[in-house]
Amino acid sequence: MKRTSKQWLRNPDLYAGYAFIFPWLLGLFVFSLFPIFFSLYLSFTDYDILSAPQWIGFENFKEMFTDDPRFVKSVKVTLLYVAVSVPLRLCFALAVAALLNMKIKGARALRSLYYLPTLMGGSVAVIVMWGQLFGINGAFNSFMRSIFGIEISISWITDPSTALGSLIALSVWQFGSAMLIFLAGLKQIPASLLEAALVDGASAAYRFRRITLPLLSPVIFFNLVMGIIGGFKVFSEGMILTGGGPHDQTLFYVIYLYENSFRFLHMGYGSAMAWVLLLAVSILTALVFRSSSLWVHYESKGERGA
Amino acid sequence: MSAISKKRWGNLSLSAAVWGFAIVMIYPLLWLLSSSLKHTTEVYSQAHKLIPAHFYWENYVSGFKGFAGHSFFLFFQNSLYVTIFSVVGTVIASTMAAYAFARIRFPGSTFWFACMMLTLMLPSEVLIIPQYMLFNKLNWINTFWPLIVPSFAGGAFFIFLLVQFMRGIPVELDESARIDGCGRILFFAKIMLPLIVPAIVTTAVFKFIWTWDDYFAPLLYLNSAEMATVSLAIKSMADPTMETDWGALFAMSVLSLVPVMAVFIAFQRYIVEGISTTGLKG
Repeated sequence: MKRTSKQWLRNPDLYAGYAFIFPWLLGLFVFSLFPIFFSLYLSFTDYDILSAPQWIGFENFKEMFTDDPRFVKSVKVTLLYVAVSVPLRLCFALAVAALLNMKIKGARALRSLYYLPTLMGGSVAVIVMWGQLFGINGAFNSFMRSIFGIEISISWITDPSTALGSLIALSVWQFGSAMLIFLAGLKQIPASLLEAALVDGASAAYRFRRITLPLLSPVIFFNLVMGIIGGFKVFSEGMILTGGGPHDQTLFYVIYLYENSFRFLHMGYGSAMAWVLLLAVSILTALVFRSSSLWVHYESKGERGA
Repeated sequence: MSAISKKRWGNLSLSAAVWGFAIVMIYPLLWLLSSSLKHTTEVYSQAHKLIPAHFYWENYVSGFKGFAGHSFFLFFQNSLYVTIFSVVGTVIASTMAAYAFARIRFPGSTFWFACMMLTLMLPSEVLIIPQYMLFNKLNWINTFWPLIVPSFAGGAFFIFLLVQFMRGIPVELDESARIDGCGRILFFAKIMLPLIVPAIVTTAVFKFIWTWDDYFAPLLYLNSAEMATVSLAIKSMADPTMETDWGALFAMSVLSLVPVMAVFIAFQRYIVEGISTTGLKG
């Protein structure tokens, strides 16, 4: 059937559809599409919000990679943070989920308890509390002194050698969401498979490695991707606890981006950094997806895509 | 020892270990609660003790003095204002868009749906500078508008969640309603909305928690004390350049967690299911 433009315009679904998506569509243009292209433009300019942007070509990107040690530092710090905190958090999440999946008294209550740090962890109150807990006179040092007799006279947050570690600990502590996702995944594993292996005399470790892990690999994969993306975007924890210090030891990428954009008003440079982040996240996600066929096991290959 | 009792002992010690580790994990939160009831001098001299020597309830009074001459009530009011409008805006715009994507076959729907899925993965850092310029042009800096208005465009993740949920509702319902002369708007309001309440609750709950806890947007757009949200106020009161009354600050910290905790207790099922089925970050 050939449709003329008049018929097309007379289609009532056209108006209904656009009426319903209108608020979102307007927002898409104003808050996403315009900003994304404009920030791409800004990344090739020198811009300080007070005067008009000056086109400088690839200068921002050149400076970033050849002439800005703090940028390099921020990349290193962020990569280290992601490389340590994400696998650790997933290990904790998986271990606790596996334990909770066994027949333990009060598993539901335990699930809520383990989730609490994640629920609360996003709030400034808890981040500030973390800083005091591991401060020089905080509960941690106090514990070490009164119970083990170990005198520690550093603040874990402000000492350059432990600052990043204490932020990693804060992130690992919040394994609750990953744990809930693992728990849902574990419930999907057919009990008959595990029972059959048990009858065949497979040990618990063997069953976990050969049945549970492969069947859980799509969920591990999902948690890994989300963890990596979230890790690259870490901001509040560092901004509130250390402000990027001491000596840039916790200068996360987004903190440096924020500093450039809103403290030094190098908004062109900040936009360029944001685009590098966008590209890095996209490439990394694509790489993880590509590699997934090597280790992610899907039950029915045809039906479920990555 | 017989095999059975050995197994029971194994189970028991396992339970004990899992419970013990759980206590260690929530210890920092308990410490926060206990410190909020200690006199500031006791917070750090007896940091490892969970039970305060004296319950110092005055912290909850002195905390409300706030800072820069503004009572902490004001900060709660600001946070509540921003959060409620954000939640309302997100729910309205997201359910509307989701309904169109799930049920109306209009020209361009697949294209816009794909656009929406793309924005899901977009790091918001790419958007903040132009958004800031826009709000600056509109003279919206140091108002609540930049924190509220974008919510009225809905959220990609929530739209996706709602679309998935609506797809589970039989299409026959739409057809029989149409035969009975029920228009789209009436159908959306009277039939669809009541059926998708669980997904709407999930959306509202997550948006509530995220907005209540948000630090980045208030930091960026609000720069005077009387506009501060709770997150900003707590950060300002903990400023190392100020003399901090830690007992009072911890008291306000505990109160700032109450709304999130209340939402969790009331809607725990939605939170747990939201995370485990869609991977929403809690």
